[in-house]
Amino acid sequence: MVEVKNLVKTYGDIKAVNNISFTVNDGEILGFLGPNGAGKSTTMNIITGYISSTSGTVTINDAEILKEPKEAKKQIGYLPEIPPLYTDMTVRKYLEFMFSIKKVKLPKDEHIDEILSLTKLTDHQNRIIRNLSKGYKQRVGLAQSLLGNPPVLILDEPTVGLDPSQIKEFRNLIKGLGKKHTVIFSSHILSEVSAICDRIVVINNGEVVADAKTDELSTVITGKGNLSIEIEGSVTSVVSTLKSVTGVQKISVDRKITENHHLYNIEHKKEVDIRRAVFAVLAKNNMPILAMNEGGMSLEEAYLKLTSRTTAKGGKK
Amino acid sequence: MTAILKKELASFFTSAVGYVVMAVYFFFGGLFFYYYCLMNSSKDMATLFSNMFMITVLIIPIITMKSLSEEKKQKTDQALLTSPLGLGEIVLGKFLGAVVMFLCCMVIYLLFAITLCFFPDGAPDWSVFIGNLAGTILLGAAMISINLFISSLTESMIISAIVGMCAGLAIFFIDSIANLVSIDWISTAITSISFVGHYETYTSGIFSLADTVFFISVIALFNFLTLRVLEKRRWS
Repeated sequence: MVEVKNLVKTYGDIKAVNNISFTVNDGEILGFLGPNGAGKSTTMNIITGYISSTSGTVTINDAEILKEPKEAKKQIGYLPEIPPLYTDMTVRKYLEFMFSIKKVKLPKDEHIDEILSLTKLTDHQNRIIRNLSKGYKQRVGLAQSLLGNPPVLILDEPTVGLDPSQIKEFRNLIKGLGKKHTVIFSSHILSEVSAICDRIVVINNGEVVADAKTDELSTVITGKGNLSIEIEGSVTSVVSTLKSVTGVQKISVDRKITENHHLYNIEHKKEVDIRRAVFAVLAKNNMPILAMNEGGMSLEEAYLKLTSRTTAKGGKK
Repeated sequence: MTAILKKELASFFTSAVGYVVMAVYFFFGGLFFYYYCLMNSSKDMATLFSNMFMITVLIIPIITMKSLSEEKKQKTDQALLTSPLGLGEIVLGKFLGAVVMFLCCMVIYLLFAITLCFFPDGAPDWSVFIGNLAGTILLGAAMISINLFISSLTESMIISAIVGMCAGLAIFFIDSIANLVSIDWISTAITSISFVGHYETYTSGIFSLADTVFFISVIALFNFLTLRVLEKRRWS
């Protein structure tokens, strides 16, 4: 379990990280999402003990990073934004070096072979890292983070610069790793995070602006439920009919499709499921529903809404 | 620590640095050996050693210029600092790596000494030889710790090398600088930290505890400072 509490990091007057707190449970893949410069890498560097925090604590399975750094660091595999590769070494030599500085107690050759095959580097183990392509370098970076099977994996934008098929492969790999490891995975690409992660922490300007399960994120942000629905019938009668349903807060016409056929957006209290009632009342008044979709606000919109509050102090915490 | 040491040594010899450093050292060593020993038919190696003082202070910045600056530039320090290695192990590994590299350069003196043995009545005065060798090694190790500290301060290995060479020259000329100062106590203070002065006792084959302590203190001080620089970078 990784516990981050009230983390603050200031550089002069600039607050790079401002009071960030979150917890990652064992076996969870946490997406750490935020625009460029939001403080993702700084937070990750603090969690892994590369830099210190101005205040606040990071605890990795009961070991606090500043008080028991060796204990804490043993439990972390870290892939920084720029993989820390010694480019004049071969892949295998590099992994052997990392194996020894991480003080791993497993049988060396077997373990490295295992990691090489997991990251599909077996055929490239004797190549000099300098000559590898970006995607392979990234894999070597991931391979080094996996050495010693650390319970916690911290991956800082691991898919940047990869081609689409590599990205897909990488995502699957990380998803697989999430079964055995606790993973914190940062990205500024929303679709990536929502595809892999169980939970998402969104940060912006060094603050946590949302912390929710992936599928609940949009409701958490708006605080309302959304129903997007296509109905046949005149606008005035449809609106007045819908208003009679309990829980409905606001009805708006999204788009006109034909003269007598519109797309509406209904905001309702998120605790109430209004779909059945809406169906019943419209059927009774002979207004056919042609399509109905819950969750009118996409994750994308939710994310943009969150991260556009650039100056807003104290977003949702 | 041994992992860092091995890696440092490997990096000297997988790149050209190790070979170039040795070649340059051997070249000047050979030149002075030829001039002072062979041409003058002398078995006195002390002059050779004292001439190599300058080469030593100039070559060491080349050995250490990459040590910490390049790690920082390439962000590989992230791997070191987030591993369960202590900072002390990292600094000591780097320091010993450079020292072993420097010891490889020292091998040439053994060859010179052996060469002299082939001449009739040419065997060098061994106590002087060992004294000089020990002095050079201590001087080298002290210069390595100073240059490692310089390397920890910058991300550029060029700056690290140039500053290191200037520091080396300043140390070399420190006695002349002391002579320029007219205030007595300052002049004495400067002379007392003169590397040349502390090195001289070894050249006559005398083991002086005070001088050995001086060099070891310099090594300890600068390795400690390097450690603090790494530590500080984390906290700033």
